[in-house]
Amino acid sequence: MKIVVPVKRVVDYNIKPRVKADNSGVDTQGVKMSMNPFDEIAVEEAVRLREKGAASEVVVVTIGVTEAQPVLRTAMAMGADRAILVQTDAELEPLAVAKLLKVIIDRENPGLVVMGKQAIDDDMNATGQILAARLNWPQGTFASSVTVEDGRITVVREADGGLETVRLALPAVVTTDLRLNEPRYATMPNIMKAKKKPLETIAAETLGVDIAPRLETVKVVEPPVRQAGIKVTGVAELVGKLRDEAKVI
Amino acid sequence: MGVTRDGEQGPNFAPGMILRARQTILTEGVRGSISQRVMKQFDLRQGVDPQTYGLGIKEVWEIPAEKHKPGFVQHSFGWPMDDGTYGGAWLYHFGENLVSYGFVTGLDYSNTWLSPFQEMQRLKAHPEFAKHLEGGRRLIYGARALSEGGFQALPRLSFPGGVLAGDSAGFLNMPKIKGTHTAMKSGMLAGEAIAETLGQEGSSEATSYTERFKSSWLFKELFEARNIRPAFARWGNRLGALYAGIDSVIFRGRAPWTLHFSHTDHEALKPAEKSKPIAYPKPDGALTFDLTSSVFLSGTNHEEDQPIHLKLRDPSKWLPVNWALFRSPESRYCPAGVYEALEEDNTMRLQINAQNCVHCKTCDIKDPTQNIDWCVPEGAGGPNYPVGM
Repeated sequence: MKIVVPVKRVVDYNIKPRVKADNSGVDTQGVKMSMNPFDEIAVEEAVRLREKGAASEVVVVTIGVTEAQPVLRTAMAMGADRAILVQTDAELEPLAVAKLLKVIIDRENPGLVVMGKQAIDDDMNATGQILAARLNWPQGTFASSVTVEDGRITVVREADGGLETVRLALPAVVTTDLRLNEPRYATMPNIMKAKKKPLETIAAETLGVDIAPRLETVKVVEPPVRQAGIKVTGVAELVGKLRDEAKVI
Repeated sequence: MGVTRDGEQGPNFAPGMILRARQTILTEGVRGSISQRVMKQFDLRQGVDPQTYGLGIKEVWEIPAEKHKPGFVQHSFGWPMDDGTYGGAWLYHFGENLVSYGFVTGLDYSNTWLSPFQEMQRLKAHPEFAKHLEGGRRLIYGARALSEGGFQALPRLSFPGGVLAGDSAGFLNMPKIKGTHTAMKSGMLAGEAIAETLGQEGSSEATSYTERFKSSWLFKELFEARNIRPAFARWGNRLGALYAGIDSVIFRGRAPWTLHFSHTDHEALKPAEKSKPIAYPKPDGALTFDLTSSVFLSGTNHEEDQPIHLKLRDPSKWLPVNWALFRSPESRYCPAGVYEALEEDNTMRLQINAQNCVHCKTCDIKDPTQNIDWCVPEGAGGPNYPVGM
């Protein structure tokens, strides 16, 4: 079985994102970029499935600018076998990403798609679900455990207030949550080996998909700065402030 | 990789690698861990002055467009530090409404109460600095030690199997506060020398590196700048500046003498009772900031489950020396708040918050008994500075 893992290049999780002065978006100029952490978990899980013998090949896909190639190399250093870059400079929404992925998946014909539940830049949490719908495949989202057996996959989902276990027929789309695994390091020998693994570049416009944005970004602003706390002199003042100023009691 | 806090092999453990090469070019930046060991093992510092360092702390600001003057350059020295402490600041306008502001404190300072971070913060209150930054917002914070010893402190540059280049050797031009061009040149010279060595049978040391350096502009540049920094160390800021003027304008750096550095930076520190406490103003949250919010802007991070990478060679020394004599200078010189002296059960202990470390190496340099060992943490840890800022 082949596994396709879509990954996204995002602002590194250690960086405090900075809004551009004209409020048009987040400034990514010169900022350290890395693989979306949820996608790292997806790559790790796919590689583990291959190592267990449940899969034979892991293909990573990303859609975006040429500079996204290092993210694919990282995924291959973690163990993915080959990579596809769907090259475009356009700003993409989850719908467009899902449409482009569908074309790639139709071509690759995998038995399973594993991807992060959301990207840490826009927090949409939508691409996996849209992709499953467009493929007309079952989906297991927010996975904290994955087992493949006899053409079926059992996914333990991190649902609100507990865990939900679902069994899906393959092919299926699984999106990963934080507790699924702890991704391995890309070691030096594997980073060197990853440089020799195949990386195919496809221009997005050749795939015949309408990727025009459906949303318009009106304004991006930073969260309001938290006001400094004050010291109260006693219980009476505290209760007074809670009642009259905060209006919570 | 993947070693746990207790030193055990964790689930993601990956063994280290031994990289073997006929020639290794060490370019680790200031106070590199391997360079330090190599200098010791091959005695490369024999007969040269001790290296002296500075601690550079920098912020990048975004300022209102109407204030921005691309290409504007401002340097300062002296205030807020006293005459005996070397240091200075830069302020450059660059990019899209960006300002780079930084402050270098000579790590040969003697007052144990001095805090390079606080000096850097309070200079921003000076009208000549405040007028640029007011109305702007701070984007980035970072810190790094730099080598200030220059010409007199350069070690032997080659050893069997390798060479030192860039600030592994200490090629920074201090009066210019610039080291990029010198580092690049040293790398080119090292490359040429090594290419020659690799072509020769039975030769393991790229000795022509030193000769190539001596006949390059790099040598001339560092030679002519050699007396500036030691003059400040010797005579203080006012007389040092006077001398620097004479040396560079009248002698054009070719004075028939060379001033030397007499001691290492850590030997310069005076005990707390012989030092005058400094009352630093409280941060206002607009121009000046506290340490915690600053370190946050460095984007530094370390995998939590790894051995502490800042070690005391002899933990029992801290209380009688660092605390009793010097009142924990590390809690002031560290620009990332790694070191905290905490009172516990009526005694003091040193808390090391290694996760905050921005890899500036100041503790390795300035600890009065050289008791702090800056070990290399797990890969990928450390500050995350944006490119070109």
